[in-house]
This record gives sequence, C-alpha cells and structure tokens, in this order.
Amino acid sequence: MEKRNLNNRAAQLPNFCHLGVTLRIALAAELLVAAGVVARVADLRGFIDEFVSLSAVAQPALLLTLLALCAASRWLARLPYRNGVVATLAIGTVLPVLTAATINPPNAARPVLVGVVALFLGMALLAYFDLRGRALSPAIAEARLAALQARIRPHFLFNSINAVLSVLRGDPRRAERLLEDLAELFRALMSDARSLVPLADEIALTRAYLELEALRLGDRLRVTWHVDNMPGDALVPPLLIQPLVENAVYHGIEPSATPGEISINVYRRGDHVHIVIRNPLADEARHRKGNGIALENIRERLLLFFDLDATFKLKPMGAVYQVHIALPYTRDRHRSALRSDR
Amino acid sequence: MTATVPLSVLIVDDEAPARRRLRDVLEDVCATLPLTVAGEADHGQAALATLAREAVDVVLLDIRMPGMDGIECASHLQNLATPPAVIFTTAYDAYACQAFDLNAVDYLLKPVRAERLLRALGRAQRLTPAALASLRAAHPRPRSHLSVFEKGRIVLIPIDEILYLKAEQKYVTVRTATRDYLLEESLARLEQEFGARFLRIHRNCLVAAHRVRQIGKQPGTDEGHFLRLDGLDERLTVSRRQYSALRESLKSS
Repeated sequence: MEKRNLNNRAAQLPNFCHLGVTLRIALAAELLVAAGVVARVADLRGFIDEFVSLSAVAQPALLLTLLALCAASRWLARLPYRNGVVATLAIGTVLPVLTAATINPPNAARPVLVGVVALFLGMALLAYFDLRGRALSPAIAEARLAALQARIRPHFLFNSINAVLSVLRGDPRRAERLLEDLAELFRALMSDARSLVPLADEIALTRAYLELEALRLGDRLRVTWHVDNMPGDALVPPLLIQPLVENAVYHGIEPSATPGEISINVYRRGDHVHIVIRNPLADEARHRKGNGIALENIRERLLLFFDLDATFKLKPMGAVYQVHIALPYTRDRHRSALRSDR
Repeated sequence: MTATVPLSVLIVDDEAPARRRLRDVLEDVCATLPLTVAGEADHGQAALATLAREAVDVVLLDIRMPGMDGIECASHLQNLATPPAVIFTTAYDAYACQAFDLNAVDYLLKPVRAERLLRALGRAQRLTPAALASLRAAHPRPRSHLSVFEKGRIVLIPIDEILYLKAEQKYVTVRTATRDYLLEESLARLEQEFGARFLRIHRNCLVAAHRVRQIGKQPGTDEGHFLRLDGLDERLTVSRRQYSALRESLKSS
C-alpha cells in the first residue's frame, strides 16, 4: 500500500477548492460588507438599499476571486509559503478592484477603497487559516487519528482465532487462508493512521474480514456487493469501510438467529465517492452496547481528513439501517489528506 | 466425579466452528477423563429440548447467542428435576467474567485449552440459585421466555405470547391466548425485568401493552373501569389508583 506521510511541515496555504475554506472566506466577506454598511447608515431602509448596492459589487468580486483561487490553488501550493501569500493577496485584491472598476455602479465604493478592504480581508483570512492550522496541529490531529483508528472488538478477535482453530485439523488450507486474512486485518489496524489508502485496498480488507465472519456465522451472513463501478484508485482513510461492515454484522447479523443480508454499495457520482452500507435491524440490536462508538469514530476521522467536503449520514429505514458516506474523489496524494485545507 | 460412567456433555453455541472446536478438545481430553458428547445445540431453546429428551451431566454453554442467551438458558435449566452442571463459555465478556469469579461459577474463555477444559469438567457443579440471581443481575437483559416445569419437562412461554400476569397467593398466573400457567416468581420482579412491555392495571395484575384492545366503564358503577385484551373475552378490573397512569402510558405509546 502506498502511503502519504504528513510530517510537521512549514506553514501552508489553505486548499482554496475545499468547501470548508470557500465557505469561511465567503462568510467573512459578507460579514465585512454588512459591517461596512452598518457603519455608514443608521436606519433599516438605508441599510437594505446600501447593502444591495454594495453587494452588486461584492458578490461578483467574491465569486470571481474564489473561482480564481481554486483554479490557481495547485500553482499556489507549489510556491514557497511567502510567495504564495503574496500571490494570493494579489489575486484577492486585483480581482475585486477590477470588478468594481468594470461594474462601477452609482453610489458604490470606489475601486481604490475596494482594493484596500479586500487586501486587509485577505490578510486577516490568511492569518486566520494559519492560526487554525496551528490549532489543529499535525501532532494533535495525528494523535487523535491514531487513537480513533486502533479499535477492534476483542469479542471478534477471540471468536475468529477460535474459528480458525476449529478448521485447523480438518481443512489446514482454509485455516492458512484465514490466518492470512487475520494478519491483513491486523496490518491495517496497526498501519499509519495519517495516510490515505486506495479504495480497492480497503475493499480487499473488508472482504478478508468477511471471510472470517462467514466461517463463524455460516448461512446467517449474506453479503451483496455492488462495487463493479467503484473508482478503485480513489483515496480514502484507512479502516473506513471495514469497521462499518463490522458494525453491520455486530448489530444486524449476530443478534439474530435467522439469516440477514448486508449490502455494500460503492460508486462514484461526479466529484464524490459514495459508500452505502445497509444491514437488517435486528430487534435485539437495541440491547447491544457499544452502538455508535464506531460510527462517531468514523465521523470524526472524516472531519479530520476532509473537513466539510465529506458527509456521513445514518438512516434507520424501518427494518433496515443505512450508513451513507460521500467523500471527495481524490487520487492525487499530494493535494488530499489531512490538513491540506489549512 | 468418578470415571466409571463416562461423563455426558452437551455443547451449546450458536457458531458451528466453536462447537466443532469444543468437540475436538473434548476428544483430546477423553483419554484422561472418560466422556461422551451427548449432543450439540445452536441456541438456548434447542438445548432445553435436548435436555428434555435425555439427561446430561455437564452443559458447556455459550453466553452470547441470538434469541435466548446462555444465562437465560441456564436459569430455565434449573427447572429440571436434576439440573446438569453448567460451564459457561465466552470469547470475551468482561462483565460476565467478573460476575462468574465473584460467584465461583466456572467459565472457559475461547479458544479453550484442553488442560483448562479438563480442570473445569473435573469440578463441574450445579449452579446455585443465588449465583444465578447475581449473574442475571450482572447481565441485565430481559428474558425471551418464561419457563415452568410441568409433567417432568420444561415448558417455555415466549414473552410475546403473554397476555397478562396475575398474582395470586403464592403464584403468578401467566395467561396466553390458549391457556394459563402457574409461575413461582414475584410480580414486582417481573414488572421490573420487562419494563414498559407490561402495564400495571391493578395491584395484582400486569397486562401486555401491545395487546390492549379496549378500556371501558364498568356497568352499574360510577368510577370502576375494565380492560379487554386482544384474543381474550375476559374483562380485567382496572383499579382506581392505576387508571390515570394507565391512560397516560397508552396515550404516549
């Protein structure tokens, strides 16, 4: 498995294509416009008029700047930090000035004033992103990731070893394969929590895990795979799917004496990879402890890796429980992963 | 136990490989301690059915099974005229193991070692009622069935089929759609165990919440109420004290 390490690096520009970054910039700009208007007028009617006329410049300027920053983000990221900051501020100042000069509506701010405000806003935002990056320092994020990853149910571990022992005498070859599966699972559990792995590897790991469970649970466990169209090269956090499937077995299959089906559906739609896992909701699952730990764990890791670009939805649908993850489709290991949105 | 008559052992586990593994290890210790495997069961009810047909000396009982778990199964077992000794097996169960240790109940951790199994079989003994009560307390999960001992066998009553529970004198009458049973337990304990599944309508009566069909005014009285359940013609008396609480819980459900 190829890995990407995230060492303690020098200051870095945020990834301007990330939703979280874009939203934060847009929010800051809108607040600034509103604050500027409040400073100039007193009554509500005046506020609305003024806000609308200022927005006529501010909105296109903001949109244009965000688009330009996203388009230039690869190039900006390659520059040394200091030059990157200068280039970013230049884009963030020049574009609003040009926009203001082009539109030039009556009674709006002069282009020079727009430039000064945009420059200060840009500096404040870059300082904010830098501070935020420091707060989510790699050491802290890495420690959190490692703590989140290293979890396996002891119950599963001992039952699996027991199951392998049971086939050792009768079917040594199968026992060999199962021990290999177990080894693979442990390698993943002990792997570098900070790296992303190809989706195909994570699916292979989930298959190895299900081999072990199939031995234990026999006919009770039925699995349907819909992964023919998945982008195998997409990068995902390690142990993203396997724990969800383990959860599905624990809550949906184990507590029930009758057979149940788990379905795993992975596909790409546009820029996002979707992972949908469904399991039957056994009556007794409600009595089982530990529900939610694995799910919270994955939610938090998705947030650490992708910020607001990934979504994680849980949906009980009558007798079926569904987990739906959507995360950005990334193959470029130098632009993805932890804290690239600094 | 003496070695003259081979020890008969019943294996109860929901996972086939776990049963196979125990069989292998039992065969291994067979040379030291003569024993026979009386059978295998993949869940609690099947184990009880086997025990109804033939007596065994020791039951190796998995704790975590779908439906009726090991601890519930052990408590139904106690209804037998001569209950077998019970050795619990588990892959991992921190709380249960703590309770076992406290109550000197024997248990085996999976994967099971031959030596450890041999030692456990050598000193296997029946569960005492006190030990069982504290195991249930450490593993608080409502039972899936109630059980009574009738005509030399254990009769299981699924909780879902119970219409009402009524305390009288020393016993509790358990009423299902088809018949009633006498149970030696306390109504208060049953109420505590099953929580919201049953509603109290009278000092001496709990009814199945999902079977309530009708509440009406007792004819000829001012305040008295009666209640009727699905599948039963009987009119049960609702006490004045329970009436308003009953209306509340029926409204909220």
